[in-house]
Amino acid sequence: MTGMISQREAFGDALVELGAVNDRVVVIDADLASSTKVDKFAAAYPERFFQVGVAEQNMMGIAAGLATMGFVPFTSTFACFATTRVADQIRASIAQPHLPVIAMGAYSGLIVGKVGKTHQAIEDIALMRALPGMTVLAPGDGVETRRAVLAAADLGGPIYLRLTRDPCPTVFDDTYRFEIGRAVVVREGGDVSIVTTGQMVSRAVEAAAALAAESIQAHILHVPTVKPLDREAVVAAAERTGLVVTAEEHSIIGGLGGAVAETLGEHRPTPMRRVGIADVFGESAPNDDLLEKYGLTSGHIVQAARALLAARRAGTAATV
Amino acid sequence: MALGATEPLPALANDLRRRVIDVLWRTQAGHPGGSLSPAEIVAALYFGVMRIDPADPSWEARDRFILSKGHAAPIYYVALQRRGYFDEELFETYDEIDSCIQAHPDPHTPGVDMASGSLGQGLSAGVGMALGARLKGLPSRVFVLLGDGELQEGQVWEAVMSAAKFGLDNLVAIIDDNRVQLTGDTCSTMPVEPIAAKWRAFNWHVLEIDGHDPDAVVRACDEAAATRGLPTVIIARTVKGKGVSFMENTCAWHSAAVTDDVRERALAELGAGEVGSR
Repeated sequence: MTGMISQREAFGDALVELGAVNDRVVVIDADLASSTKVDKFAAAYPERFFQVGVAEQNMMGIAAGLATMGFVPFTSTFACFATTRVADQIRASIAQPHLPVIAMGAYSGLIVGKVGKTHQAIEDIALMRALPGMTVLAPGDGVETRRAVLAAADLGGPIYLRLTRDPCPTVFDDTYRFEIGRAVVVREGGDVSIVTTGQMVSRAVEAAAALAAESIQAHILHVPTVKPLDREAVVAAAERTGLVVTAEEHSIIGGLGGAVAETLGEHRPTPMRRVGIADVFGESAPNDDLLEKYGLTSGHIVQAARALLAARRAGTAATV
Repeated sequence: MALGATEPLPALANDLRRRVIDVLWRTQAGHPGGSLSPAEIVAALYFGVMRIDPADPSWEARDRFILSKGHAAPIYYVALQRRGYFDEELFETYDEIDSCIQAHPDPHTPGVDMASGSLGQGLSAGVGMALGARLKGLPSRVFVLLGDGELQEGQVWEAVMSAAKFGLDNLVAIIDDNRVQLTGDTCSTMPVEPIAAKWRAFNWHVLEIDGHDPDAVVRACDEAAATRGLPTVIIARTVKGKGVSFMENTCAWHSAAVTDDVRERALAELGAGEVGSR
């Protein structure tokens, strides 16, 4: 891992890069441009930037209308307001007519700058994943965020793009090839598989290092596209080790863990542990304290992996 | 004669009403009251105002229409059909599995520009279309038909605010002000009056007309076209269920099945001639 960059900075820069080569890209902001970094796009292409104020429902409808006119709109707000706040606008005006709107949700998960549970989107993946035809992207670092933005503009359908606020470790290098719908093996290992999405990938890499010190070799499959899920890759990761830990900064209900459990349950039943937020809301507190209390550190991934391995040794893996 | 038709707009509107009754009778579902009230509005738009080409539904420079009160889909569909977007036989599949004609508007239907049905969302899409047309330098105008009950949705007012901010003079909102909604009169369910004062306060150009006078609809749309720098709203006073006496001014026919008997009585009242103005 080399350096730290925030996904929102990467997003803002990537949008400017994209805007230069694709004049159909437009941005609509609900009064958060300086936070989501679309202010960079606004400065570069003011004629393609629309400020709608604190009115997210209208923003989604405007994006839908622009999409019918041949544009590729990116909407800019926090993840909570990009999903739960506008669930029906995305459903009826964007997903049902399958319009190419990219609903960007910044500040997902618990790390939202000490503003607490109202602003902590922890059920956004579950909600967006349930919409037919919706693509759900949760990049793991700045490099992947840039690639996801560039790829999103060419997809031709609705996308929920889930990003985070604070600088996070860079996992991927410049040779990384991103493809919507494709999961990527970040680390090879034969003892336990860790399946990640979003910035949990860097915590999984840390967890793998800690496990390696105990002579446990973790296999890491990173899933930046939660939907459509790369079923073959998930099944392959399960077959590789026979044990799966999922890791996401999201509720354990309906997110990556849910998606992987559904897939493995039908195609390759495998003992699992879901690292994520239990069925509770968050609170405002320092980042490290939040990650610790809600079970999202690399240590929690390590514990989950150890528990699965111990259960297998004890012959009770299926019931851990 | 109306554009693309062989009869004057009032007679055309009446013909659309008869077709609405037939479509609703066939499916034994749907929303008669709110489909009958905007017949003159829809007839005027599709046969007297909008620059469209049924032979080329996706013509980029066309005018756009959004039926924000999507439950009035039958009046929309019969107008599209009469305007030439699809064959009448397609109505035999209405509300059936795999049909491109659904209970609420969907872009799979030839001529439908935007999905609708969840109230309160159409004007926002219209703002997006109008912004897009301006950005592309297209002459396209965007017409959005809302119900008066629909004005109770908060998103409408977000859209109203934004259209004024962006100075969208290529956007026209038309309110089918029939004053009745699903459970009762709008004024008792949740008052939306004074509608004109509200839109004026939100910096729109406001016109009030008899919504059953198609020529008034055309004139209002012309005035909107001549109004620069701000969007226009046309508040069209209408009668819910217009043209069928027992459906008029009552919430009982907001949504109710048109049975054989109802169809017969409705068509007898609608006759072949035009329906008088309110």
